[in-house]
This record gives sequence, structure tokens and C-alpha cells, in this order.
Amino acid sequence: MSRHDTSDIVFRRILAVFPISILILVAGIFFELIWSSLPSLNKFGVGFLFSRVWDPVAENFGALPFIFGTCVTSLVALLLAIPIGVGAAIYLAEYAPPKVSKTISILVDLLAAIPSVIYGLWGIFVLVPFMRNSVQPFLGKFLGFLPFFQGPNYGVGFLAASFILAIIIVPFIISVSREVLIAVPSVYKESAYALGATRWEAIFNIVLSYGKVGILGAVILALGRAIGETMAVTMIIGNNVVISPSLFSPGYTLASVLANEFSEADTSMYLSALIEIGLVLFLVSIIVNILARILIWSVTKGPSEIIK
Amino acid sequence: MSSTRGSIKVKDLNLYYGSLHALKNITMSIEPHKIVAMIGPSGCGKSTLIRVFNRMNDLIPASRVEGEVLVDGVNIYDKNTDVVSLRRKVGMVFQKSTPFPKSIYENIAYGLKIVGIKDHRILTETVEKSLKRAALWEEVKDRLNKSAMSLSGGQQQRLCIARAIAVAPEIILMDEPCSALDPIATARIEELMVTLKDEYTIVIVTHNMQQAARVSDKTAFLMHGQIIEFTKTTDFFTKPSNKITEDYITGRFG
Amino acid sequence: MKESIHTAFVRTRLRRAIWDKAMVYVLSLCAFGILLVLFIILGHLFIQGVTSLNLDFFIHLPKPVGEAGGGMANGIAGTFTLLLLAICVGVPVGLGSGVYLSEYADLRFAQVVRFMSDVMNGIPSIVYGIFAYIVCVLPMKGFSALSGGFALGIMMIPMITRTSEQFVRMVPPQLREAGLALGIPKWRVTLDIVIPSALAGITTGVMVALARVAGETAPLLFTAFGNNYWQRSLTQPIAALPLQVFNYAISPFDDWHRQAWAGAIVLILMVLIINGWAQFFVMSRNRWSSGK
Repeated sequence: MSRHDTSDIVFRRILAVFPISILILVAGIFFELIWSSLPSLNKFGVGFLFSRVWDPVAENFGALPFIFGTCVTSLVALLLAIPIGVGAAIYLAEYAPPKVSKTISILVDLLAAIPSVIYGLWGIFVLVPFMRNSVQPFLGKFLGFLPFFQGPNYGVGFLAASFILAIIIVPFIISVSREVLIAVPSVYKESAYALGATRWEAIFNIVLSYGKVGILGAVILALGRAIGETMAVTMIIGNNVVISPSLFSPGYTLASVLANEFSEADTSMYLSALIEIGLVLFLVSIIVNILARILIWSVTKGPSEIIK
Repeated sequence: MSSTRGSIKVKDLNLYYGSLHALKNITMSIEPHKIVAMIGPSGCGKSTLIRVFNRMNDLIPASRVEGEVLVDGVNIYDKNTDVVSLRRKVGMVFQKSTPFPKSIYENIAYGLKIVGIKDHRILTETVEKSLKRAALWEEVKDRLNKSAMSLSGGQQQRLCIARAIAVAPEIILMDEPCSALDPIATARIEELMVTLKDEYTIVIVTHNMQQAARVSDKTAFLMHGQIIEFTKTTDFFTKPSNKITEDYITGRFG
Repeated sequence: MKESIHTAFVRTRLRRAIWDKAMVYVLSLCAFGILLVLFIILGHLFIQGVTSLNLDFFIHLPKPVGEAGGGMANGIAGTFTLLLLAICVGVPVGLGSGVYLSEYADLRFAQVVRFMSDVMNGIPSIVYGIFAYIVCVLPMKGFSALSGGFALGIMMIPMITRTSEQFVRMVPPQLREAGLALGIPKWRVTLDIVIPSALAGITTGVMVALARVAGETAPLLFTAFGNNYWQRSLTQPIAALPLQVFNYAISPFDDWHRQAWAGAIVLILMVLIINGWAQFFVMSRNRWSSGK
């Protein structure tokens, strides 16, 4: 018997190496990012986050344009994706016949599986010309009094990137929101009906308000995804270091400057500055992701298996 | 005509869920300002029957109704019936209390707001009146802006009653309203029901025979989708005319 | 007051009915609009790329810059190589962690590990590339297949951990008890009985994770880096299909654009096939082992 105990203890100890390595990995990533960005951290300090200068030649680096670009594209993408995503989720959860709902959900999951680089490819050759030839002239003509829709029209830029981001994140919003809405007990909807509400009123006023925490979680999860999205954005944002109120302007995001310039970095300070951007991306994504999961779990009472 | 306000007349009602014959040849008449209790073993159709009166069983796919159900003399299963209007007139309280995730005030005001009443005075007046009528006002008058979820189970159920009252119904349906409540909360709601009788007609489904005996004017006993007996409550429990009823009351089955 | 409700009701009835009807159309438009976008994207992929999917594409190396023709054979092979390397990194850690969490871990430790695993899921893929760069490329003084495989492998860990734990947990306790009752030590029971019983589910989880990282480009940008020739050794840069699609797409050459579309079709087919296989696995498993 004791022989078994020993072998069991040994096995357990050996096996424990694996989950421990997960912990080591996360700590290791954090550590390595900080360690390798120390030169940049030391030189620029907190000002790094607020400086607009990005000059590899003079070795003067600031992340503000990229932070700006990430914020703008993510926010506009959310603005586009939330109404459509939640609307589609409501349709699938409350209106569509079960078979239709199931089929569409599967197709939406298909959208989620398309690799980012393929979105980028489609973006370059289909979306950008569409932006340049149709959408942006239209917006410029009718809404050009707003600073968002002024300036030269290249097709690439913040607006195009936001569009593609919206398409990329909408499947997440739909699938989680749909789950959340289905989880709302039907007796709440019936109570609204019993007061003389129409179908839309019962769903919009009541079911949605029971689900709002979970849906907020879905939105924040989508935000986390948008912040880290690299390839599609890199391919159509225009790669221009600038802070501009115009959505037509080419720009840059945290992730896309990494994709574009990392392999070109020729000095150690340049590399260090880029790695510091990676650190910023790392921390922001983690915080946003944790927030989202807390919200979603509080509603569906447990980790949702559908996401990732 | 006001003497028929809040009256229900059922004529040869048959209800099907697909091929399942859930209600068979129901004929009954409920007078205004009375409390009618419906009792019977599980699955006898009492919840199905009560949902006929506000057409809530429309929500179940493949449900089909034959026969007539007259509320205030008008057949509610007519093709031209406005179901939304019917459901305002015939309110419902459910077994599980269902406070909306809003403030107490907003819960009561909801039914009024959706019909377009925006006048703050009318809303506040109605909220106060409904809460008083539902015997909840004293307990919540200082915290109308607090979330309705913070109330106790019995308070939540009285909130639901107040919410139903706020839209000025004629009939209030209650599907086992006390089954999730403790005896004290149950007693308060039973007291409330008797006072509500003055203004509304009340139909209550209950699995608790003593409750039916305490509260109702007439009692209906259902089994397998049929009405076995429907008489004055005092007669029902002392000298039932049907042997099956007697067996049920004395606990020989069910 | 009753009059007030009734008149308000009548006044607003039509407006409410119109909204009710209209919203059905608006909402279904949202849902079908998204489907439309999906079909547009897939449609463009197909139309632009299908004509370029000839044999040349699959067996030839890229031609020098500016010359027409050539293919992405090394990219396809490279992706397979990288995925194989990724499995070597991701599966042991993921499976081991999943088994530990299910069979041995105490509550506190399990919560911490699961939490960290979820944190890993939220890290952008390019950050994994940076990490692999620091940890592999710098010490090795060059880009390599190994660093690329490493980056993809660690991305797979959280997904494989989650699914492995899930499926190992689903093995009925009676199976374990039967083994233990025969006097077999717990570790043998785990290796010989529990893991094999959960194998189908575990494999599914690995395949889903594989499909997910097969399409990743960002972590490979400065690890695998890309290569226009066949692989000689794992310590050299390696081509990968998504990398080549990216490089060709942003190039100024029409011929490369054409090939980028073709590469995209192959890539998405790869992802779909792996995913589809995984689903099929799950379904056929569920069919004969009921009562879970």
C-alpha cells in the first residue's frame, strides 16, 4: 500500500508541473515585457503614454497616437456593433423559430472563425475601395460639417478599420447576448404581457433589462477583442502616426504599430519602446477581459463555454 | 351594463395543445365582484383554464381553442380581439413573484407608461393609490426609488398585485400566488383578496383547499381537464354533490 | 382615473402596434444583415481566389519578386510544421493541467489556475509573439520555426486546459472507483482508464484550439518570420500560409494579390475542416455514449 502512496505522490508532483507552468507563463510574460521595456520606461517614464512624438531616428518615443487610434477604432466599432449585435441577438432569442435561430447562430460562429488576415485581405480589396468611392464621399457630403467627416479621402483610415473591427466583434456580442436573453426566465416576459404590453415592449423593456448585466459583459468582452485585434486593422488603417479628429484620416493602433515596425526595429531603444507598447496592450487587455468575465458570470452563473 | 363589468362566461370551451386535449367541454359563469377558486390535483388543467381568460396560452405554440369565452359579454377568442387591450383589463399575478429590475415606483408605473401616460402627477397618484390598495404603501412609501428586488417575498407579491391594479383592470387572475410564501405573508394576501373583491373580480388557482374555503365565494373542482363541480364554496365543502369531489376533499386521492 | 387610462390606451394603441410590427423587421434585418456580410466576404474569397487554385499553387515555391507564377507550397507545409510544433508545446501542458485540475487540485489552486488560464485567453496574440521573440528569437539570434511553434503552442494552452478538464471531469466516478477497487494506484487509473475514456473529447478540444491558431498571423510576424524556400532546419525562419497571405496582400503586385486570395481560401478551408472534424468527433461520441 505504501508503495502505491509513494508512486501516487510522485505522479501528482510531476503532474503539478503543468498547471504551475501556466502560472509561471503569465508571470513570465509580464516579467519579460517589463524587463525588456526597462530602457524605455526609464528614459520616458509616464510621459510615454502622453507623448505624441514617435521618432525612431531621434530615439524619441511616445505612445499617445497609438492609444488614440486604439481608442477611436474600438469605440466606433462598438458603436456600430452593439445595436446590430444586440438587435440580432434579440431576434434570435425571441423572434426566430428555433431552427432558424440555431442555423443563424452556427453561421455567426462561422464569422467568428474567419482568421483576421482574411478580413484584412477582404478589407484591402473590397472594403477600402468601397469606403473611398462610396461611403466616405457620401458622409463627407451630408455630414461634412462635423470634424469627423472632413479631410482627404483615401479609403484607408480610422473609419475603415472601425468597420472591419465591428464585423469582427459582432459575432461575440451576438452569441453571448443570445445566451443571456435565453437564460431570462419566461415568467418575467409573461408578467409584462399580463400588464398589457405588446411583444416588443415586453422584450425591450423587461427581458432586456433582466439581461443588461450579461449583455454589458458581452460588450466589454468584445471591446477586449477589438483592442487586441492586429492583422485586419494593420492592413487597412493606413499606418500613419497622427492624432486627428477626422475618421477619414489614416492612423495607427497599439497593435498595428507592433505588427508593422517590430521586425524593423534597429536600435535597442526602439525595440524597448515597442515592447513597452506591448506591455500597455497586455495590461489593458487583461483588465478589460477580467471585467467582462465577472459581469458575464454573474448572470449566466458560470463560465460560458461557447466563448473561446 | 356595469353589472356585467368583470364577468366571465365560458361556453363549451375545448383547448388543445397539438393533439393533447387539455380542456374538455368547459362551461362556467363567473359573476362580477366575486372570488372564484379553482382547485384540483396537479395537471388537472386549472392553470390552463385560468390562462384562457387573458389568452396567455396563446404564447404556447400549437395551442388551439374551440368555443366561446365572453368577458363582459364579448367573446375574447373572436378574430378581431385586441389581445393587448384584453390583458390590461384582465390582470394576472403569478406563482413566482416577478418584480422588474427597476425601482418600486417604476414597477408600478410601468403599465401606465407604456400606454403613454407621462403626466408625473397622475403617475405618482396612481402609484400611491395602487400601493395602498395592495396594503403595501406603509411599508415602502419612504423608499419608492429603491429597487423592487430588495423587498421580501410577500412584499414582492403584493407589489405585483399593486402593479396589476395600477392599470385599472376589471378582473384579476392569480395563479397559486401564495405557494412560495410563508403562512404570515399568505394570510396578508388572503386578507387583501377579500378587500379587493369590492372593486375587482378575482379568480384564484390554488392547491391549498383550506385557502379556497377561507377566501372564495364559489369553488370549481377540475380533473383531467374537466369541471367536476362548481358551486358556492360553503356548499362545496360541506355537501359536495359529486362523489369524486368528496373523495378529493377528504383526501382519498390527489 | 379610469377614464384617463382608457383614453391614453386608445390614443397610443396604433403607435404601439406600428412599433411592434416594425421592430420585427428591424431586428430580423440586423440578423440577416450580418449573414449578408458573411456571404459577401466568403463570396469575394471564392470569386477572387478559386481560379488561382491550380496544381501549381500547391506544389510550387514563390517566384522572385515581380515574376508571375509560383505557389505557396512552402507556406502550406510551413503551417503544418508550425502546428505540429505547437501541439508539442500546447498539448502536454494543456492536457496535464486539465487532468490535474480535474483529478488532483484543491479548490483554491484550481481557481487560481483557471483564472490565469482565462487571463491568457484575453492576451492579444501579438503579445505572445513579443514574448516568443524575447524568449526564443533573441537568445537564438534569429527567427525560427521553433519560436513560431512556441508562440502558437502557448496560445493553445488555455483552450486545451479548459476542454481537457471538462472532458476528464465527465468520466463517470464509477470507472475510477472500479479501478481503485482492484488495487490499482490512482496514477495508473488516471493514465490507463480515465484519460483514455475522455480521449475523444480531449482530441476535440485540441482540434478546436488548433483551428484557432492555424489562422494566426500576428505571433508569427517576428518569430517564424517567413521564408521563400523550403525548410532546412527548425532553427531557421519558416514560411506559413497566413504570413504569406499577409505579405502578398500588402504587396504592390497584382499577381501576388491573386495568390493571396487563393491562399486565403486554402487557409479558411483548413480552419473549417479542422473545426468540422472536431464537431463530427463530438457528435459521433455523444451518439453512442448517452446518459452524460
